[in-house]
Amino acid sequence: MKKVLVIFAHPAISKSRIHRRLINSVNNQHGITVNNLYENYPDFYIDIIKEQQLLIEHDIIVLQHPLYWYSSPAILKEWFDLVLQHGFAYGVKGKNLVGKQVISIISTGGDKEVYCKEGRNHFTINEFLVPFKQSVNLCGMDYLPPFVIYGSYSLNNTEIEQLNIKYKKLLFGLRDELWENNQLNSAQYFNDILD
Amino acid sequence: MHYQDFFFQAFIFLAAAVVTVPVIKKLGLGSVLGYLLAGIIIGPSVLGLVGYDADKVMHFAEFGVVLMLFVIGLELQPSLLWSMRRTIFGLGGLQVLFTTIVIAALALLFDFKINRAIAIGLILALSSTAIVLQTLTEKGMLQNPAGRSAFSVLLFQDIAVIPILAIIPVLAALNGSINLADSELNQLTPMGSLPGWMQLLVLVAVVSLIVFVGRFVARHLFRLVAETGMHEVFTAMALLLVIGIALAMSKIGLSPALGTFLAGVVLADNEYRHELETTINPFKGLLLGLFFISVGASINFMLLIEEPLIILGFLVLLIIVKFIILFILGRFFRLRKGYDFLFAFLLAQSSEFAFVLISFSEQNQLLDERTTGLLLLMVALSMAISPLLLIFNEKALSPILSRKQNKIEYDDMESSENPVIITGFGRFGLVIGRLLLANKYKVTIIDRNPANIEVLRRFGFKLFYGDVTRPEILEQAGIKNAKIVILSMAEYDEALKVADYIKKNHPQIKILARAKDIYHAFEFFKRNVQTVQQEVFDSAAELGQKALIHLGYSKYEAYRSIRTFKHHEKEVLHDLYELWKEDDKKFIQETRRFSEQLSEILQTEKDYFIHETDYAWNVNAVKDDNEKENELKNNRSKHK
Repeated sequence: MKKVLVIFAHPAISKSRIHRRLINSVNNQHGITVNNLYENYPDFYIDIIKEQQLLIEHDIIVLQHPLYWYSSPAILKEWFDLVLQHGFAYGVKGKNLVGKQVISIISTGGDKEVYCKEGRNHFTINEFLVPFKQSVNLCGMDYLPPFVIYGSYSLNNTEIEQLNIKYKKLLFGLRDELWENNQLNSAQYFNDILD
Repeated sequence: MHYQDFFFQAFIFLAAAVVTVPVIKKLGLGSVLGYLLAGIIIGPSVLGLVGYDADKVMHFAEFGVVLMLFVIGLELQPSLLWSMRRTIFGLGGLQVLFTTIVIAALALLFDFKINRAIAIGLILALSSTAIVLQTLTEKGMLQNPAGRSAFSVLLFQDIAVIPILAIIPVLAALNGSINLADSELNQLTPMGSLPGWMQLLVLVAVVSLIVFVGRFVARHLFRLVAETGMHEVFTAMALLLVIGIALAMSKIGLSPALGTFLAGVVLADNEYRHELETTINPFKGLLLGLFFISVGASINFMLLIEEPLIILGFLVLLIIVKFIILFILGRFFRLRKGYDFLFAFLLAQSSEFAFVLISFSEQNQLLDERTTGLLLLMVALSMAISPLLLIFNEKALSPILSRKQNKIEYDDMESSENPVIITGFGRFGLVIGRLLLANKYKVTIIDRNPANIEVLRRFGFKLFYGDVTRPEILEQAGIKNAKIVILSMAEYDEALKVADYIKKNHPQIKILARAKDIYHAFEFFKRNVQTVQQEVFDSAAELGQKALIHLGYSKYEAYRSIRTFKHHEKEVLHDLYELWKEDDKKFIQETRRFSEQLSEILQTEKDYFIHETDYAWNVNAVKDDNEKENELKNNRSKHK
């Protein structure tokens, strides 16, 4: 069994319909640790040692957040800047994270159709996530295909319920090593594996 | 030899004060009692280190009273003094009048002739400015109604001393033993030989001179001296001012204390006021201490042992008479809610002026030697007892009274349903209240001070005023409906008391507390109150942040640096708390407290590994590494 760390960034969790539900459904589950960045560091004063310790202790790192301006909310960028230090995460002596797996779980306002060359946003989610992918690669970790929640504004309660089931399957599946590595690496999006 | 004597005396007085006063303070009693006790101990009755000539020291030390009135004058704006005129002349006048009449009547009953009876009445009607004002200042009670009324009465009595000095020779003349024309009044006031209208003219002239100099000249003089940068010259100047006025006042037959008080009031809105105050204060304190010691030393216990019943009987009678008259007048002048008792207890002793008046009467052959001895002893004893009376009032009487009053006061108030209760609404509580109000929360406030009630009510606060350590008021304020209680009051022990009560009776309510220092914070931690804010830490840190900016940090670097410091402080606090829990005896020695707190903090800070938080932003680290890597590559290629 692997240990899963959910690094969660949402600045207004009380207004969230989807993420709050998802997070609550896995919080305190065996083998899963939720690290709510905005809750733990309201002043952006990130405890670097603690964060690095958490990374070392877990095998799978989930980056879960809504897509803001085609990227993450600010605190996750701060987290990257400060926690993934040279000498810890990369560089000659920075080998602490090598071999771990990272997956992004992203929610977007727009539907799936707008994230393509012909669509309103002109690029795919995977294209937008290139900085994340390369950062993860630089640290010697595997970047798994992302799980994307499209059209988050229009989801009704039943749909959110179905989504929640998929989400749990995803996290518990990763924890319990449900999928082979080549199966994971062959997919464009994790949505395809779960469907 | 002469100097040695002087230094020996000084040594005895200072040693007595240094040994006794801290002990008395430790016991929670006022310094006045400490000095009096020190005087009794070194006096002829116990150790005999100073003889009965202590009264010479006393006359010198009376200058402390003069300095005290000057300092009090400095804190009193003229407009405030004007608004007190009714109490000064009404309350003060009636007090002197009635007390004199009653004591004189009693003296008649004890077979004194009428003129002597009146003299005794006048002498004993006065109360001790030194003791009362020192006590009021020490306890911060000068501003409360009882303190103000007491002050007004004392002020009137200071004025009254002058006519009393004039009346005593007249009364003595009624004895037929001495001719009025030869009376010593002429020696006492050199102006006595001038006709009445001339005296008045000189008096007016001197007082106007003080006012004029104080208002228009003093400012420039002070500035000139202050600009020299020589602090001791400023001190000399301040003392010169006070001594000069005191001398001028004695010359024209006014009380020096009154004169310097007037000068103080005139200088109250001068910009050098605080400088003057801090300069004069040490002299004032030392001389007053000396004065109280000499009062203690002058108590003739031999006389007390010879006639204990008579003296103690008279003493009790004196205090009861004064107390009853003061209490009735206090009620009549609208003192209520325990202030009436406080006022009466405050002024129930006799005055240091009595020493002067008694010996003056003796010189005038108005009073015989036995009466003089008895009176002096009674006056000194009444002054020594005075602090004990106040302790009785504070510890025994006022808790009973306030319990009774709280009941009446809050019964008709409806209880509140607000989710937040703030206890203590001073500078600290006000900020919290405003913040909550701005976020549309309903707030209930409990405070002891009824000021500003109307304004706060208008803005939607619900107010209860009274002693928050009494459970009734917490319940009345609707604590059972509250979600959180914010203990923002400044009182150290009371805040803990309230926390105890809430934890015990309403464990579901969250307590947020203001801590005076880290030990206060620990006391809260011990009570399982986790949300504690050290009262000045954050604002100090933020000013430090601004200092860093001025030292060349960029604004964000300064901000990060203070953030680090604040988070670090939390960890230090936690570590210190663990230490404290193990061994709190070590921490509580009161006097060592602050320095110990500092050294503990600094030590923990030193041992702490402050992590380079912003290491990732340090470009050099990466650069060095790249260079190393390149070096490695170069070496390898060389080997090939």
